Amino acid sequence: MVSPQALWWKPLHRYEKTWLIVGLVFCVFLTAMMPLWFVLGKQNVPTTTYRVDPLQYAVFVTRWAEANKVDTINNIPVVAPAPGSDVYLLGRQWQWYPVLKLQKGQTYRLHLSSQDIQHGFSLQPTNLNLQVLPGYEYVATITPTTGGEFAVICNEFCAIGHHLMVGKIIVTE
Amino acid sequence: MAVTTFPAARATFRTCPVTTLKVDIAAERLIIANAVAAVVFLALGGLFALLLALTRWQAIHLLPADWFYRVLTGHGFDMLVAWIVFFEVAGLYFGSAILLNARLVGPRLAWLAYALMVVGAVLVNVMVLMGQADVMFTAYVPLKAHPLFYLGVILFAVGALIAVLLFFATVWVAGREGRYQGSMPLVTFGLMVAAIIAFYTLVSGALAFVPAFLWSLGLLPYVDPGYFRNVFWSFGHPAQQINLAAMVAVWYALATITVGATPLNEKLSRLAFVLYALFINLGSAHHLLSDPGPGFAWKMGNTSYAMYLAVLGSLIHAFSIPGAIEVAQRRRGLTKGAFEWLRKAPWHEPGFAALVLSMILFGWIGGVTGVVIGTEQINMLAHNTLRLPGHFHATVVAGTTLAFMGLTYYLIPLIFRKELKLKKLAQWQPYVFGVGMFLTILGMIGSGLLGIPRRHWDITFTNAPLQVTLPGAAQITLAVMGIGALIAVVGGILYLAVVLVSVFTGPRVEASRLTLVMDRRNPLVEQAIPNMGKEVTEKIAPRGTVILTFAFLVFFMAYYLTNWWLLGRMWWIR
Repeated sequence: MVSPQALWWKPLHRYEKTWLIVGLVFCVFLTAMMPLWFVLGKQNVPTTTYRVDPLQYAVFVTRWAEANKVDTINNIPVVAPAPGSDVYLLGRQWQWYPVLKLQKGQTYRLHLSSQDIQHGFSLQPTNLNLQVLPGYEYVATITPTTGGEFAVICNEFCAIGHHLMVGKIIVTE
Repeated sequence: MAVTTFPAARATFRTCPVTTLKVDIAAERLIIANAVAAVVFLALGGLFALLLALTRWQAIHLLPADWFYRVLTGHGFDMLVAWIVFFEVAGLYFGSAILLNARLVGPRLAWLAYALMVVGAVLVNVMVLMGQADVMFTAYVPLKAHPLFYLGVILFAVGALIAVLLFFATVWVAGREGRYQGSMPLVTFGLMVAAIIAFYTLVSGALAFVPAFLWSLGLLPYVDPGYFRNVFWSFGHPAQQINLAAMVAVWYALATITVGATPLNEKLSRLAFVLYALFINLGSAHHLLSDPGPGFAWKMGNTSYAMYLAVLGSLIHAFSIPGAIEVAQRRRGLTKGAFEWLRKAPWHEPGFAALVLSMILFGWIGGVTGVVIGTEQINMLAHNTLRLPGHFHATVVAGTTLAFMGLTYYLIPLIFRKELKLKKLAQWQPYVFGVGMFLTILGMIGSGLLGIPRRHWDITFTNAPLQVTLPGAAQITLAVMGIGALIAVVGGILYLAVVLVSVFTGPRVEASRLTLVMDRRNPLVEQAIPNMGKEVTEKIAPRGTVILTFAFLVFFMAYYLTNWWLLGRMWWIR
């Protein structure tokens, strides 16, 4: 709170110097972890994105789901795509469409986009969360490593029905 | 009270009997006006907080869905913008005009800035409460609010921008008129960094809200949601880092006021602030880590603040401030063992309690969780879950708000020139608020780890078309959050009671000492000024602080590595 004397450019105390070096090393470690995981890790943020017209995407996914459906749950089509194929999920007020049936250990190209406003793709209980924007087609290459029924909830506020917006991914062993 | 008038400048001064500083009367009035507005919005935001906590506590579930989202929008704006920025403007006028012994440049403009901010903040609140802006604080396009909502935000930002420019002008004029000797005090230096961050923050705010405003009027056909998120967060995130820089400046101030601490090494502390100014705005990328669009290199480079250099700034303060306190205490003869200085610290002095709790909750919880969820890949585990509010309640509420509350108690005698009333309550207040916030944050982070989303009215999904069951343990973590929030609200009421009773019923008296409940001492004059720049000998070197900071690093590392382990158990994704 007081103005220092004119000459305050002084050498550091031994303790300060130690802490500064330890801190710097720690920062380098934190930085290095991300590229290391990018190369070696199995869980990385997807980097493929395409521009898309929101309504065209909605029409495309609806046709794809109707053509490939194997079942329905509460009038929502259930699609069981072939392993390795492109899989589509549409977010809209207030639904994740359609229900997907995947196989454990198989890899899929999961496309995510929105028909209207922003949504949050939140897969539970795996706890995998991605942002979904209208106009952006986000492509994630995913491999389910656990089986069972997973809920897709919306975790980006999307107006009054936000807490009703759910979907489902079923993973068979 | 002596009143002097400088012939060169049309400003009226009084001399503060405690600090011997000259106080510009016009600056003093503006500080009071801004501080009062800050407290009003804190009270309103606190009321909203209570309603929200009682709704998300699933066993109570108080508000209906529409009001929950409405109140959440108001809570975000009032707390993150109105309360904090009004208080910071008060802080900027204090740190420039008062601490530099100078006159405030352009008091009339400062009143215009104040009026713009008040009108803007009121407009936002009215629109939100009328149900015309159920869009959350973030107002992500293409979710649309009433044009007056965007206009309110813009008016507020313009007002704040004027105040920031007046701060720069005041500091510059003070230097030119030779109102202070040597370099500017570290507290003012820290506030200067806060003001620099505020400047580019507010410009980014305009880049986000002006297009959104035009779009809401139908004058622009489309605002790209990716663009909006990017510029919104160049406003939203650094806005909280203005708080960071201002709060660290307040920490240094409280350390001086309560124990007479002086910075251990001005060079190092100032370097840490410069690191903030240079790198901290990169942190806005934290909000885009799980977004479509940007690639890995962009996300990694930005989220790491270019190799965590802003984090290094915080690590420096994490050593320098407790170290300064330790050295000041050891100078007083408390040299036994590693921690006598801490055991015999003035725990009953509210400014000291607020300082320590604010540092612990900000650093150990807010800082650590921030770095972890801001790690590119780990963000997928946390994005839009309750871990995020957990992080920023630790920084903005338990850190900044608690530090500002602590400082208020000292501004009441010095600036309002009223005797502090209800001192016993003031002594307890930081502890009540701190414990309440600690539980709130713990509940939020625990819920987030279980996958519970933020900004969500009903995690039981009662009326949803498909059945969803989230982990039952969330009932417990959400209850912890609710109970914590109730305790914190009590802490907030104590604060308001002390401030309001002192300001409205306290007799007008000239302050006679700096501390509030410690014996009649003035650590600033008795300790800080005589020891300024003196060498630290071996006997008084901060050994205890070394132990504390290394314990912090171990905790940091454990939490960080645990999160990588959690990520490794997730589905494979690329």
